[in-house]
Amino acid sequence: MVDPIFLLEAAINGVLLGGILALLALGLNLIFGVLDIVWIAYVDLVMLCMYLVYYLAMIQGWPVWLAGIGGVALGVLLGIAVHLLIITPILNSPPVNQLLATGGLLFFIQSFATFLWTTDHRSIRLTLPILEVGGIFLSFARLASFVLAILVMIGLYLFLTRTFVGTAIRAVSQDRGAMALMGANPQTIYLVTSAVGGALAGVAAALLSIQYSVHPYFGAAFGPITFMICVLGGLGNMVGAFIAAFILSEIISIGGVLWSTEMGYVIAFALFIVLMFIRPGGILARRER
Amino acid sequence: MGRWAAAIILALLALGPFIPMAGMRQYVLHVVIQILIWSFIGQAWSLMGRFGLVSLGHGAFLGAGAYTSALLWNFFGLTPWLGGVAAVALAVALGFVVAYPCSRFGIIGHYFALVTLAFGEVIRLLIIAERDWTGGSLGLTLKAAASDSSLLAVQFTDKRIFYYASLLIWLAGLWIWRRLDRSMARSALEAIGEDETAAASVGIHVARFKIGVTMLSAALTAAGGVAYGQYITYVNPETLAGIGVSLRIVFAVVLGGMYSLLGPTVGTALTIALSEYLRVAFGVRFIGMAETIYGLVLIIFIIFLPAGIYGSLRNALLRRGQPRPSGAGVVQA
Repeated sequence: MVDPIFLLEAAINGVLLGGILALLALGLNLIFGVLDIVWIAYVDLVMLCMYLVYYLAMIQGWPVWLAGIGGVALGVLLGIAVHLLIITPILNSPPVNQLLATGGLLFFIQSFATFLWTTDHRSIRLTLPILEVGGIFLSFARLASFVLAILVMIGLYLFLTRTFVGTAIRAVSQDRGAMALMGANPQTIYLVTSAVGGALAGVAAALLSIQYSVHPYFGAAFGPITFMICVLGGLGNMVGAFIAAFILSEIISIGGVLWSTEMGYVIAFALFIVLMFIRPGGILARRER
Repeated sequence: MGRWAAAIILALLALGPFIPMAGMRQYVLHVVIQILIWSFIGQAWSLMGRFGLVSLGHGAFLGAGAYTSALLWNFFGLTPWLGGVAAVALAVALGFVVAYPCSRFGIIGHYFALVTLAFGEVIRLLIIAERDWTGGSLGLTLKAAASDSSLLAVQFTDKRIFYYASLLIWLAGLWIWRRLDRSMARSALEAIGEDETAAASVGIHVARFKIGVTMLSAALTAAGGVAYGQYITYVNPETLAGIGVSLRIVFAVVLGGMYSLLGPTVGTALTIALSEYLRVAFGVRFIGMAETIYGLVLIIFIIFLPAGIYGSLRNALLRRGQPRPSGAGVVQA
């Protein structure tokens, strides 16, 4: 039997992981809610930002927080570029093609990163303390990223509810057609949303790069779980994604301690499939039929 | 004319292994065998994909199939002929497990794609997690048969045998595609793909057709997985399960055109030829370059030629054949 203290440690680590996953999922979900397109390559964009953070911090010797801001800037640019170059031409294509176009982007980014930077794992070597609270060891890096992730999510909430643009974004996600009738230009809203989604990718990249090393298959490692969270929460449903992130991260973390990391993921994915069958619209959706 | 062209191509394919190619024969055969097997798998996928059932988890059926027969052979010495039957049965069962709830609870579109994607990952991670007997991410090598060519073990050192076997498999795949294409099921499935509620209201048993076509597709995919495993005599979770291979199957099909008989074959042939060419041209110097170009080509194709290469060409030819195109011929978008 596993020592309960390990379980408690795993549970706390699960919460900390959940914060980051929630941030990742919110960016993807925001874009989905407005554009009705799943960016399969979203986490690969995060990976590109992580490479920039690594480059700025380790090669150029910038302080990590400044490198992180650089990552966010790249995220905004990538969000805009993806929207203008790939999404705009296929806005009215069937959903299959939209999925596949961003899937092609995933292949492209992944292999281009392999080509440019090889499959080496690169990490920012930060000497951050490990905190010990009553026999539980917590990494300061994880704690700090968790707090920052929560702050950014609160910021996103305020942006969406308290600003004019944010309100417009929510309006488009509720009814695409009606928004145009109200005299707003959906194209602008799409672009702003993609930029905000990209910025969130950049923030996630900055927070992830102080905990994990970056490699070309980073997107493949974190991508699936991010989609699962979005779908489980209900695509486009922000609160649902937030809750789903913590459910899945707890399972992964505790399952990882009890069995193995892969089994943690297997259980999380299996639970996802089962929950999809019970609540196809996401955990918070009301049953309509 | 089409009949003649088909006969000539078939004759060429049948004589393929005897065309003199100097020292290149083994290599060319190897490439063609891969194209044939992966085209078959692509056809299996397109049976569902063309009706809007976009699965991003066909790696699950592929991996489950290949591993079932490989494990049965390695541990119990069961001939892959029977192992293959077990593999197909398992894939059909898995297909049912996915398709039944999906059609029962109306999981379609994005949601279906993402549920199947999760399903593919579950299988991949299970294979890795059970590393004690599956070999984990290192993969599993099939135990060698006692002799060079063993029909019982389905292992042959002579590539020509695999060539003809994969040719037959490929033709069988084409035949099944054609059968479905000309059946009532096709109309029913097309109606379901357009609008499930409307289809149900005219008396189409939506769930039955969707589950049926998913199980058929899963069975064929698993058979393809077994064939590929037997040919390579090595199975690996990364190349046979998970997102990577699932997306690769879908891309090859979309590239060629999923709405036409030969679309998957054209797409698979192009992608395999492209990656082989880039591999030979760049060698190990530019690792990843081949895939980079591949990804870029895919994006461009999906934006500019959504019906795929073969599909677009065929549409263009059809439009030319008819003196006055009244908007027909371009059905798909």
